[in-house]
Formats: sequence, structure tokens, C-alpha cells
Amino acid sequence: MPTIYIDNKPYEVKDGQNLLHACLSLGFDIPYFCWHPAMNSVGACRQCAVKQFRDEKDTKGKIVMSCMTPAADGTRISIDDPEVKEFRACVIEWLMLNHPHDCPVCDEGGECHLQDMTVMTGHDYRRTRFRKRTHRNQDLGPFVNHEMNRCIQCYRCVRFYRDHAGGRDFDVFASHHHVYFGRQKDGTLENEFSGNLVEICPTGVFTDKSLKRHYTRKWDLQTAPSVCMHCGLGCNTIPGERYGTLRRILNRFNGEVNGYFLCDRGRYGYEFVNSSRRTRQPFIRNKESGKLVPASREESLEYLSSVLYFGAKVIGIGSPRASIEANFALRTLVGPERFFSFGERNLKMISSIIDALKNGPARSPSLREIADSDAVFVLGEDVTNTAPLLALALRQSVRQRPMERVEKFGIPLWNDSAVREGIQDEKGPLFIAGTHATKLDELATETYHGAPDDLARLGFAVAHELDPEAPAVTNPGEDVSSLARRIANALRNSRRPVVISGMSSGSEELVHAAANAAWALCRTGKDAGLCFIQNECNALGLGLMGGRSLDEAFSLMEKGETDTAIVLENDLYGNSESFLVDKFLDKCRHVIVIDHLPSKTTEKAGLILPACTFAESNGVFVNNEGRAQRFFRVFVPSDEIQDSWRWLGDAMKVSRHPVSWETDDDIIASVSREVPILNLKDVSPPAAFRVAGQKIPRQPHRYSGRTAMHADISVHEPKPPEDPDSALSFSMEGYEGMPPSPLLTRFWSPGWNSVQSVNKFQSEVGGPLRGGDPGKRLIEPAKGGAVSYFQGVPASFEPGSERLFIVPLYHIFGSDELSLLSPGIAERTPAPYIALSRKDADSLGIAGESGAEVAASGQSCRLPVKVDDSLPHGVVGLFAGSSPLRGIALPLWGRVRKTE
Amino acid sequence: MDKPLTGAMRSDGQALSLKEYEDAGGYSALRKALKGMTPHEVLEEVKKSNLRGRGGAGFPTGLKWSFMPMGADVARPKYLVCNADEMEPGTFKDRLLLEGNPHLLLEGMVLSGFALDADIAYIFLRWEYRVAAERLERAIEEAYQSNYLGKNILGSGYSLDMRLHVSAGRYICGEETALLNALEGKRAVPRSKPPHPQVSGLWGKPTVVNNAETYCNVPHIIGNGADWYKGLSRTDEGGTKLYGVSGRVKRPGAWELPMGTTMRELLEEHGGGMRDGYKFRGALPGGASTDFILEEHLDVRMDFESMQKTGSRMGTGTMIVLDDKTCPVGMVLNLQTFFARESCGWCTPCREGLPWIVKMLDAIERGEGGMEDLEILQQQTRLLGPGNTFCALAPGAMEPLQSALKYFKADFEKHIRERRCPYKGGV
Repeated sequence: MPTIYIDNKPYEVKDGQNLLHACLSLGFDIPYFCWHPAMNSVGACRQCAVKQFRDEKDTKGKIVMSCMTPAADGTRISIDDPEVKEFRACVIEWLMLNHPHDCPVCDEGGECHLQDMTVMTGHDYRRTRFRKRTHRNQDLGPFVNHEMNRCIQCYRCVRFYRDHAGGRDFDVFASHHHVYFGRQKDGTLENEFSGNLVEICPTGVFTDKSLKRHYTRKWDLQTAPSVCMHCGLGCNTIPGERYGTLRRILNRFNGEVNGYFLCDRGRYGYEFVNSSRRTRQPFIRNKESGKLVPASREESLEYLSSVLYFGAKVIGIGSPRASIEANFALRTLVGPERFFSFGERNLKMISSIIDALKNGPARSPSLREIADSDAVFVLGEDVTNTAPLLALALRQSVRQRPMERVEKFGIPLWNDSAVREGIQDEKGPLFIAGTHATKLDELATETYHGAPDDLARLGFAVAHELDPEAPAVTNPGEDVSSLARRIANALRNSRRPVVISGMSSGSEELVHAAANAAWALCRTGKDAGLCFIQNECNALGLGLMGGRSLDEAFSLMEKGETDTAIVLENDLYGNSESFLVDKFLDKCRHVIVIDHLPSKTTEKAGLILPACTFAESNGVFVNNEGRAQRFFRVFVPSDEIQDSWRWLGDAMKVSRHPVSWETDDDIIASVSREVPILNLKDVSPPAAFRVAGQKIPRQPHRYSGRTAMHADISVHEPKPPEDPDSALSFSMEGYEGMPPSPLLTRFWSPGWNSVQSVNKFQSEVGGPLRGGDPGKRLIEPAKGGAVSYFQGVPASFEPGSERLFIVPLYHIFGSDELSLLSPGIAERTPAPYIALSRKDADSLGIAGESGAEVAASGQSCRLPVKVDDSLPHGVVGLFAGSSPLRGIALPLWGRVRKTE
Repeated sequence: MDKPLTGAMRSDGQALSLKEYEDAGGYSALRKALKGMTPHEVLEEVKKSNLRGRGGAGFPTGLKWSFMPMGADVARPKYLVCNADEMEPGTFKDRLLLEGNPHLLLEGMVLSGFALDADIAYIFLRWEYRVAAERLERAIEEAYQSNYLGKNILGSGYSLDMRLHVSAGRYICGEETALLNALEGKRAVPRSKPPHPQVSGLWGKPTVVNNAETYCNVPHIIGNGADWYKGLSRTDEGGTKLYGVSGRVKRPGAWELPMGTTMRELLEEHGGGMRDGYKFRGALPGGASTDFILEEHLDVRMDFESMQKTGSRMGTGTMIVLDDKTCPVGMVLNLQTFFARESCGWCTPCREGLPWIVKMLDAIERGEGGMEDLEILQQQTRLLGPGNTFCALAPGAMEPLQSALKYFKADFEKHIRERRCPYKGGV
């Protein structure tokens, strides 16, 4: 550990860091702009200057940029030297020459890094009297607002957008003091991670356009730690609320999961919470009119007690997007044997995934570990669209191998531009096998496109290549076996290989093939990672809880063994063919739906109970890594809305069920006892947790208008709502210091009002949060023992003579239904379509972009056609999202014909 | 007097043809080296010659070359780059060589490439040098035809390919790392050093960048030996130098003279002294980014070491003379306007500081300045100094400003007091 001297005091620092990183980690305040812990140093802004001295005798010293100077043993610097302080203040003065000083009308005001750094340097007097240069702003689409006059040219935006996230439609233009950051012409930012510009930008050039429509200052937002529910990765978020509406989502740093970034679906998908369509009170179907009419809480409980009598034949249908608590409450109410979860195919897949992660030797890696991996094999997932932030991690993973080479030249890895110069276009091994071309293919060493069975065969072949004991593929063909050889070699010659697959292709064999490949790597002595993607935020949690398949529920109903169904936060029409759901619900005497928005399922309900969204409730989701993460109520729901588990608890009370819970902790204790693998007790501190006898406030210390905001209703300030479920309070009073990481309601620190204040909450800047990153891994691989490979290599895909094989095509904007209620996301969502290869289009006589009729599983509709030549012959892609064919379990055989 | 660089040039301004160049002894040094010397011996000879880079910084060429990784297992291809982006205001010395004797540059580059075991060479040429571009293009073609370039040069087993790249036209491209970025098709923004180009240069590969005039010295060093070369000079620094004078002198121009010629000799003998009616007030001795010198400094020898005594620098060795009827504030304003416009926009002090300086100087020149402007200007010259900025552009820009504030302070004050430029109208 090198020792450096800061203003003549010795400090131990970590090896291989630059001075800025080291000093910030030691807790010193050095102002900076262009440096970012996830993007390292480029030395552009000159803000982080310090004085460096040759040795003890050197009293003159020279100004250096701390971000560009190694913290080598014996380095002597001064942060407080008057000359360097003058220089740092002047850097701000320069940056402010043209800055509009429009903080009062700027959305960044109050959480602006430029404001913070200005105060930090002490620059407070403007000596210039000249006119400012101005820029024209661009319309960058529904997510990001552009106000170029505020720009201080730190280059972070372009470095994030192009270098880190691989975007092409954004750049820096012109030169000298005219440099301009934007697009070549006005238009929507195409990159899936564009929203991060809002947080990357140290001032108000890029701000959140969704926030702008219902703007609130940071200090007026009530916030709580939350977890994104728009895919299975479980990125950590900080939603902010004011006056009962959710105003925005901000990233919540978690070193193991999302780090500093979110995808645009996660950031902008929140607006369903504010939807005018929300179910805000119970509805009961009127017997005479047959219509759903608003009902009181008491009427609803009466309904429940009349239906849930002793001996009633009730089943419960859980949800992969509902919390563990809600699912467990339902399971407890109806009994494990009468608790149903996934459709049959998904249930098989999730069971295989759990089996693979629990009983095999390969570990499920975190997103951080995936970004650090040096060889990756993706099998059957379009990760950009099914798990977007994983795509961002993979963009970093392909740099690992070339970075090792560059490091050998003596280039420190924190010197970002030098590293990128040394790497050029070189990429480490990334093999992508999928049904069609994906955006990430541009990074791939090699790609392979085939039907799911053929992808599985490739995976099995790779496994067999790595370990002859893994089942072999019969007649793989020369192309596949030589590709499998190359993939196996690349994985074998890596240090941290990862195999990625998931549920999106709907193929259990793919899950098996991926597991075999990772296990075979483990057998060769590699510490291989095995990552499975699920499309829903709590699919793994629901899988771990168990439950039978929806198909079984349908057949139970068919056989008359049940007549009452409680459906939890689930639109059955999105998970099953509509004629089957129709049949099931029509046969059901009582359908009780607990959900936060109306759906096709609620239309058939006898009782609808209004449920909290993620923002209004506590709960635990288990992400794809097997990490249980707790999210907290951001605000108290209005009207009759309550937690799904509380509705179920009410149902249990009225039906005299022996179990009862008062708080979220009670139900967590229950689930930990009943389902050992879901031991959630230490996922976060319990509700009774206090620091210095105090709760952790959800409202910041500068929360304004508390006595006035409800004065139109009553001039008496109401008592803040109680929160029996957590150690957080709905108030600005409470412990102002640093709470345990799972309870961080915001990042804010004296002098650090912007998102960059996260520095102060990390054990080392850019490293894990103090006390460890939140979340608890529930599944660790089996140690020792023989590997028992999955068998059952599928036969190769044969195109049908009349039918086509339909596979799903996912879209980051479009395949997640809740996020569609955000206007910005709806704007970015494509219209439903099918895609097929030119050859298949020609043989069907479909010319150009004309429409076609698609029929599968007894349903049919007309859709426009896109030609995608990466799709294999005999395979047709169907937009996975809202379409008349929604709900059919893909992949499956169907028919496509030209519309007349 | 030996004029190895320009002695053989034609008097009509046309380029020497390959034949004329060969007749004047051209490519004999290359033959000598390829037949009888190892790359290491060529490098050693250049080191011994004490040749210093002619781009302005005067870094010892041999030392620069010695950082180039050699051997079989280094990254390939290795690049050799000629910086012919001569855009320093008042500097027109490389142009003379490029237009007059392109083969001399080529021979120098092939010899240097041989010493460094380079595979590919680029000439990065200033956009406006259209005549030079044509002549270099032709010379490269001729050199390929005569196997001075290409595969297995003169049967030696050494191969070198050469390309001419004409710049898109920015001053910053003269900064060697910005030049490399520009060659790669990226924004012409300088790179951090370390890593130096020898380690990670063009496309991340080992690269040496030298000025055009520097390369032109190499054939004579190899052909005649380091001792002969050193003997050409009047000081410790070897060889001859292309010096130039511009401004209101009788005969502005550029001449090859022994290294260490005094400024007075340059000005009075070669430049013919001041034009009638004008008096010498000062000069920027080595291009726009050097400090002013005054009359009292004129007897200093112009070489890299000696010039430090004046508080200025040798720079490119091409002097811009300030006379007594030209406003020094206006001259400095003109220069700062150039530097502000040519800033690449990467680092804050240069991008923001220079335009501010321009605005203040402009205000002073228009009679709208205040005494406080002088204080700020003084502070800016310090804060835009070496190390504070990403590259040398802004510190270079500060050199004429800081020395003007020192030597011509009264002029600045007079502008402010009289609220007008005393050199304009009514004088």
C-alpha cells in the first residue's frame, strides 16, 4: 500500500489509483467535473488541480491534475496551497463566463454538481462584463431535455453515450469555445441508456423531461430506496414523490447490481403509478346489472367473507411481478397445493434455472462481475431488449481482455483516453447465439442465428467440446462443431468466463444447454459464471416459492375442483391464450383480482381490490442473480389502496385463517420459516431498527411547505403517517447521518447536493456502499460433488412445409406492459409486427412491408411485415408486446399468409 | 558556408527533381546506411550529432528515438510521422524545404524509418500547402519507382511505405498527439502524455513524430558524419537552421544559416534592417508563441540553449518584428484571436480563458478597457501557464501576452487612459 502525503500528513492509499480517486476516497473534497468513477480520467476540465512537490525540500511545487497523476508511494501534494486554490477558483470562473446563471429556473438547481463545485472552490464574484455565447437547443425526444447554454464542456455526456454505452447518434461538434454536445440534427436519442445523461451531466444541460412535466426540487421530494420492476435485473432506484404523485426515478448506486446507471425503461417507466386509470377503490360486480360498481372496504370484506368460507374451493394465482410478501400471503391463504404461478412452459424453465443454480457448480454472477468477465457466451437472449443493463455490462466486458494488454504498456487503467487509444477497436471474446440479429452483435466475436433448438444444440456442443462427459450432439454439422470449438477455446482460455441465457426464447433446452456449458467450464477448473435472465422483476422469487402451473389451475377448474380464484397482480391474458383464460374465468364462480390497474382480467372479476404499486408498498424482489432486495414505500397510498398482502391478510381474518400478520416484518419472518431458501430476515434492518433512537427520514432536511401543503384542506398540520413496516419515517425528522445501505433514502451530504454525493456513501469512491452493497444472495452453487449434466439434446430444427415457427421479438420499449403507461415510453414503442427472412417472405408472396395474417394457437390477426434476413429459414419473429396475439406462449408453430 | 538543407535548391522556386537531387548527392546517405550501417548505428550517429527537434521545442532527436521500442516482439506496425503542419504564425521555414526539395525530406524519413525499424510513414501536411502537396505526391511516386520506398528498399531487406495526408486545417494539429488523433480520423484533440507516442501512438502503436526540418537534417548527418554536422554550427547545438524574418524589414525571408547566428545578424544582414521610417521595438523570435525580445537581446545567439537567456525561446527560429508604428496591443490581440480560435476546446483554461483574454484586449484596443483588465490579464498569463492546461497551446499563447504586458505596459495603460488606441487616427 503506497503512502502519500497530503499537506504533509501521511495517508495509506490503494495501489494503482490516481490522486483524485485516492483523495476522494480518503474523504477530502477536491472539486472535479470530467472525471467519473465509472468512466475514469481524461484530464479535460482541469478542476481537480493540486500542488505536487518533488520531495520534502521542494517548497515551490507545481500544479498537476490529481485525476491524471498516479498516487504513487511517496507522492507529496497539497490541496490547500493558495496558488492551487486560486487556480481551481479560476477554473470555475472560466466555466461560469458563459454559464447562464439561471439556477432559479433550472431543473438541476439544488442538486447541481456545478453549484456544489462553485461553492467548494470559493469562486463568488464575477469579473467579466462581456456578453455570453449562446447555443441553440435540440429536441432530443421524450426522455431528455437539452439546454446547451448551461454546458461547461466536461465531455462526460459524450464519453458516456459513445464510449460507455455504444451510442452513435450523439457527439461533440465544433471546437474552441463553440463546442456543442448533441445530435447531428434534432431527434430522439436512440440509445437505451440516454436517461443517464441526466445524472452524468454535472449541470442542467441534460435534465429529465418526464420530471419537467411535474417538476419538483430535490429538497421537496419524499424518497425511499426502491428496486426497479421493469425487468428481472433488479436495478436499485430512488423514486421521488410529492403531493401523492411519483415525480421521477433516480439511480440508487449498488456496486454489485446497477452501479451508476439505469436503462431508459427503468428510469422512465414509472408513470403508471400516477395513471388516471389506477384502481383506487374496490369494485364489486352488481348482480342485477352485471356491471362493476365502486364498493366500500366493508362491502369488500363482506364479499370476501361470503366467498372464503371454511371448505371453499379457492385457488390463488400469484405473480412474478408481485413481491414475495404478496405471493406468500396468497399462498398461505389458499395453501401451497392450491397456489399457482407460471404457465407450464415458464414454470419448467424457472424450475430448471433454480435447479441449475442450486445444484450445479456454476455461480450466478452479479452485473458487476459480468462487466468484469473476460469471455462471454450469450445463448438465446437479446439482452439489450430483455435485460438492458446487462447489455451495458457486456459492453464493458469486451474491454477486459484488451485492457490487460494495454496495462502491460504501463498505461494505468484509470487513464481512460490512453486506454481507449491503446485498445482501438479490439474486443475480447463475446459469442452471441440468438434467433435473430441483435444490437449487441456489433461487439460480438462471432454470432450464430438459429431456431431455439439449434441454439440449444450449439450450447450442448460447446459443453461437450469443453468436457467430453457432457452429452454430445448427434450430427452437429461442420459449421456448428467448428463454431462450438472456437467458443469452447475462447471460454477455456479466459479467466472469468460467463454463460448467459434465460427465459425469453421459451426453450427449456436452452437453459439446460447454458448450464451444461458453464458446468463443463467449471469442470475444467474455471470459476465460470452462469447467468439467467427472467423478464419479470420477481420471477426467480416466485419460482423459489414454488407453486403449480397455470395450466393445472385451468384443468382444476375444468374438473370442477375449484370455483373461486384469487388473482394477484396478474393479467392472465398476458400469460396464456385468451380462449383458455376466457374458459377458466367464465367457469369461475368468484373471481377476485388484486391489482393496481384495470386489465382484461379485472374486467371479468367479481371483486377488484386496489393494490399498491411498488412505490406505495414495501416488499422483496429476488432478481435474476438470486439477490433478494427490499424496496420501501415511497409514499402512503391514497383512497382505499393498500398492500396486496394486507388485502390478503384481511381475507385471512374474515375467513378465520389461523395465521395473521401485522407488519411486513411478520410476513418476512413467516416466509423465512416456511420456505427455507427464502430466508429474507437480514435483507434489510427490521422496522424496529433505530439509529440513536431515531427513524430514517424519507423527507430531506430541506423539505419545504410541510405546514402549508395541505392548508387548503385543513390549517392544522396533520401528524405524519406512521410506518409500521420499516425503519423509515414519512417525515423530515430523524437520523441525518449515514444509515445502513439498504435504508439509504437518498444520496445527499454536506456540500454535495448532487447525485455525486454517492462518493460520500461508498467505502471507497466507486466501490461498494459503506457496510456492503444492499441485497442478499439466496442461491450459492453446490460445492464439490459430481456434475450431473442435463441430457436431452434436441433434434435440429426442421422448417415446416406449411407452418412457420414463431419466436418472440422483444423490445425494451413495448415488451413491458406497465411501462407503456409512461407517455415517453409509449412514444418509443413500435407498432406490432412480424418479421421474417426475405426467402420466407418471397415464398409466401409477401412483398416489401406489406401486411400478413398470422395465425397460431387458435388466434389470428393481421400485422405489418418487416424483413429481417437474420431470421433462420422457417422461423418468423412476432413482436413481443401488446398485440392481438398477446398471451400465446411462444415459441410455437403457426401460419402466416399474405393478406388479400 | 555549407547549406546542406537548401544549398542544392533551384533558384526558380521549382522543386528538385529526383535526378537533380541524386546528382547533388541525394539518396547517397540512404545507400550508405542501408549497405553499411545497422539501425542502431544510424541512431547513434544522430544522437552524436546533437540534432534537436526543429518544431520549436528543441527536444534532442536521438533521445526521442531511443524511446522507440525495438526488437522482434514489439507491436506492429510501427509508424513514423512527419509533422509538416506548419501553422505557427510567422513561420514559413518548412514550406521552403517541402516545396524546394521534397526528396530531401523523403530521404531523411527513410533513414529515420530504418533507424527505428518503422513500417509505415505519414507526412501530415498543412492544408494550405497545396504546392507542397503536389510536389510531395510526385516525389513519393518517384521514390517508389526507384525503390527508395516500398518493399525491400535498394535490396536491403528494409521496407517502408509512405503516405501523404493533407490536414483538414487546424493549428492544434501541429501538436504531435492531436496530429495523431487527426490522422486517425478523430477530433484533433491532444492526448495525455504519458503514454508517449513511442509507446502508444498512431492507432495505439509505437510511433515517432518529428518536424519536417528535423528529418531533412538526417541525410547530411549520416552522409557526412556527426562531427562534420556539429562543425556547421556556431554553438554546441549541431547543424544549420532555417531562420526567418517577417514584419517591416527591408527583405523579409527565410535563410539557412549556421545554428547560433545572432538575432542582430539575422535582422540586419539577412533581413536588411528596418524599413525606412520604422524603428525596431521588439520581436517574437520563434513564432507567435514565444515571448517578445527587445533591442537589448539582439546579440544573443539563436539556439535553443542561448535563447533562454532572453526569457524567450528559440521556437521555430522565425522572427516576427514589431515596429514603432504598430500597436503592440493590437498585435497581441491579433495573436490571441488566432489562438482562441484555434483552441481545440478540450480543456477549460484554453477554451474559456483565451476568448476572455481576447474580449479584454479587444476592449482595451477599442478604448473600453479598465486598469482592472490589466490585472486580470496578468493573472491569466500565470494561470494559463505550462502544466495548468492540457497541452502547450495556451501556455504558448501566453508568452507574447505576458512579455507584451511587461515590455509594453505603458502602451496598454495609454489605451486605457486615453480611451482609444493611440496608434490609430489623429497621430
